[in-house]
Amino acid sequence: MLGLYPKAAALAQAKLTAENALLPSDFISIAANGVVTITARNPETGQHSLNMLPMLIADELDVEWKNVKLVRPDADNKYGIQFTGGSTATPNNWEPMRQVGGAARQMLIAAAAQIWGVTAAECSTAAGRVHHKASNRSLSYGELAAKAAQMPVPDFKSLKLKDPKDYKIIGTTTHDVENKDIVTGKPIFGIDVTVPGMLYAVFEKTPVFGGKAVSANLDAIKALKGVKHAFIVEGKPLPSNFPNYLNDDPGLAAGVAIVADSWWAAQSAREKLEVKWDEGKWATQSSVDIAKKADELSKQTPPRTLRKDGDVAAVFKSNNVKVVESAYVFPFIAHAPLEPQNCTAHFKNGKLEIWSTSQTPQIGKTIVSRLMGMPENDITVHMVRGGGGFGRRLYNDSMCEAAWISKVVGAPVKLLWTREDDMQHDYYRSGGFQYLKAAVDNAGKLVAWHNHFVGYGEGETFTHSGQVDGNEFPSRFVPNYLMQSSVMPLGLKTGALRAPRSNVYSWVYQSFIDELAHAAGKDPVQFRLDLLSAGPPAGTQGVMNAERMIGVIKLVAEKSGWGKRNLPKGTVLGIGFHYSHRGYFAEVAEVTVNANKKIKVNKVWVAGDIGSQVINLGAAENLTQGAVVDGMSEMLQEISLKDGRVVQSNYHQHPLVKMSQTPPIEVHFLKSNNPPTGLGEPALPPILPAIANAVFTATGERIRTLPMTRQGFSFA
Amino acid sequence: MIKLKVNGAARQFDGDPDMPLLWVLRDELNLKGTKFGCGMGLCGACTVHVNGRPVRSCSTPASAAANATVTTIEGLSPDGSHPVQVAWQELDVPQCGYCQAGQMMSACALLAKNPKPTDADIDTAMNGNLCRCGTYLRVRSAIHKAVELTASNNKPATKGASLSPANGNKK
Repeated sequence: MLGLYPKAAALAQAKLTAENALLPSDFISIAANGVVTITARNPETGQHSLNMLPMLIADELDVEWKNVKLVRPDADNKYGIQFTGGSTATPNNWEPMRQVGGAARQMLIAAAAQIWGVTAAECSTAAGRVHHKASNRSLSYGELAAKAAQMPVPDFKSLKLKDPKDYKIIGTTTHDVENKDIVTGKPIFGIDVTVPGMLYAVFEKTPVFGGKAVSANLDAIKALKGVKHAFIVEGKPLPSNFPNYLNDDPGLAAGVAIVADSWWAAQSAREKLEVKWDEGKWATQSSVDIAKKADELSKQTPPRTLRKDGDVAAVFKSNNVKVVESAYVFPFIAHAPLEPQNCTAHFKNGKLEIWSTSQTPQIGKTIVSRLMGMPENDITVHMVRGGGGFGRRLYNDSMCEAAWISKVVGAPVKLLWTREDDMQHDYYRSGGFQYLKAAVDNAGKLVAWHNHFVGYGEGETFTHSGQVDGNEFPSRFVPNYLMQSSVMPLGLKTGALRAPRSNVYSWVYQSFIDELAHAAGKDPVQFRLDLLSAGPPAGTQGVMNAERMIGVIKLVAEKSGWGKRNLPKGTVLGIGFHYSHRGYFAEVAEVTVNANKKIKVNKVWVAGDIGSQVINLGAAENLTQGAVVDGMSEMLQEISLKDGRVVQSNYHQHPLVKMSQTPPIEVHFLKSNNPPTGLGEPALPPILPAIANAVFTATGERIRTLPMTRQGFSFA
Repeated sequence: MIKLKVNGAARQFDGDPDMPLLWVLRDELNLKGTKFGCGMGLCGACTVHVNGRPVRSCSTPASAAANATVTTIEGLSPDGSHPVQVAWQELDVPQCGYCQAGQMMSACALLAKNPKPTDADIDTAMNGNLCRCGTYLRVRSAIHKAVELTASNNKPATKGASLSPANGNKK
């Protein structure tokens, strides 16, 4: 379940092997006054990695957090992996960042030992000083810094890192280093970047995937006030056959660029723009036709079998089982980060300087280098805080467009998309259809599970982040299991949205499990525990560790008072669990539903196991609560197609949950003896089924279609 | 020529009177704290005070702000000492932080009218401010915290740190 970004993961792995080549001096600088400046290598789009990575360094360096200043570097391979996605910040940094801090500490000790003529083993450190207790001497890091920089860098593998009980910063709450800039309105986001002589660009892209701009009223546009340039961008075709847009060449969308002396002038001119489009072969695509096609495919024998254990057909035919059959349908949805895509680029004398909120600035640099036909060494990518990512900023399309437009006009350009651009030119969470059939035996045990997944793709290729595989739950927890798939062609870009695939497959699997628990006459929590207990032993390749999941289910059941509390009539609990991105999460929702199918979520309990250590406690709680709110919003959202175009354009058609709809969210972490793992994603998936399952208990109606508004449900 | 008072200072704008106040503030007056989110008054990221009332600057033409007193996030206090700013920092409200200027301006407008709001009052006042990261629980807590801070100070903190944007503008 980890191969969510296969190529990026491979890239990350290749770089990981080089992590031992990281130089402490690239990450740490210590001033004579003892102020320690630490480089936070990851892009920041709200996950608090800007704090988290330096916390790892600072703790092992043994300095006080109040003396730490953080800086954000440019994209540069010398920092190793600079990647915000896939909940990888913790697993990719836990070791190397602590090693960077530990190595620098050893160098400071070595410097002090040399000055004092003692061995390093006689020295200790605390709060930014090296001590030689035997002689009662000490020197501050500031005093030692210049000499320490001359010491050899120790082999990272030889370092003895701290015992977790000695952590002073890891496991605390640190205030986001940019809080003050945020609350005072400092220009720290991508949209705020200003470069002398900068022009402002808008870019009207083809409304239909793969379309081209044939002609436009460019002369009329150029005559408008403030407009400096208007031109057709022919674009560069996307590679065919469903590329992984993250790493494969993303091409360049065709359209019309308007560049003006203010963004408002450019955008106003755009309203007068008339473009003749060649809409190409996807001009008649529609969600209605797609749904019809999926229904047809569901009645045919699936062309692909991804996994077959036992014989589901034989079980379904036997007399002593209860068979349940359901179809779950879910739409495309958009990332819609609050800061629309934007990028500032300056092409000058064969060099390119870029300011970007990319979650993948190193990949962006590579992609832009290919697009522009210039070496990476001639491109500088400055990382800027992004107003939300959720996976949208994994994709560097706005970086490509800004670079292209800047070169054409020969000036620094800030390209800013409108909300409508952002919503209608996304890399959407893939929609899909899952046709499920399963059987429970007389003892109430799940004995057979068949899933026919109808998704998008061609041949054996699924759309990017729209795939299924043979490990889909409850593979290996049920003796007879059949996973099959069909695909339909699609003219739309898809991509990774926070907890890719898991964010909706969890709703499918955990809702259907709930149907089976009810069919078996079992308590939904007990049914899940029984199912997990029947699974393969811990450590089985490619399968979640059932014991860890059982741990969080039991914890969330206990905290929510599952089966123990007397709830008012009409108030019910629902549960869901999911394993993704190395994290184990179970969530319970308490809901009431009124006669108008308005769902009031009274409270949510979250139990998570992300290993032995939660690094930044306050940030972890914030992120987890946000994941729950995000998951609730996803129950309301839909991107649909008509005449080849995305129908939805702004938040009124693709809503977010509001404050009044947000329940209290109680977060509990179960510490386990496993390496710490990431939190951006795994807390999200279980909330959808937890709510949907509670809604069934309350109303007798099962939510099998998203958005749930299709069935008349909404949040009170 | 449109004249207006922004964060206590006289400013003027000589461009398109239809330009939304948001872009006048951001790109003409170089006050980048006010954010563009939707352009339709749907998300609240662009909230500023015009004559003490919260408005969506993305959907307010510059001409409508002529001769008005405008307060933006930069006008609460430059050093983060306004009780709302302090509360936001102490409770670590932001995740990405992009919506927070708008959240804070809506919060200040609420507190100016209702110095001790209940949860329900807060929900009603804040429901037009979307947070894509889902920090609502902390936003609500921070508003209560700002009330506490103001009470414990028993006086407006220094540097225009009153909860009332009108007072903030008088300095």
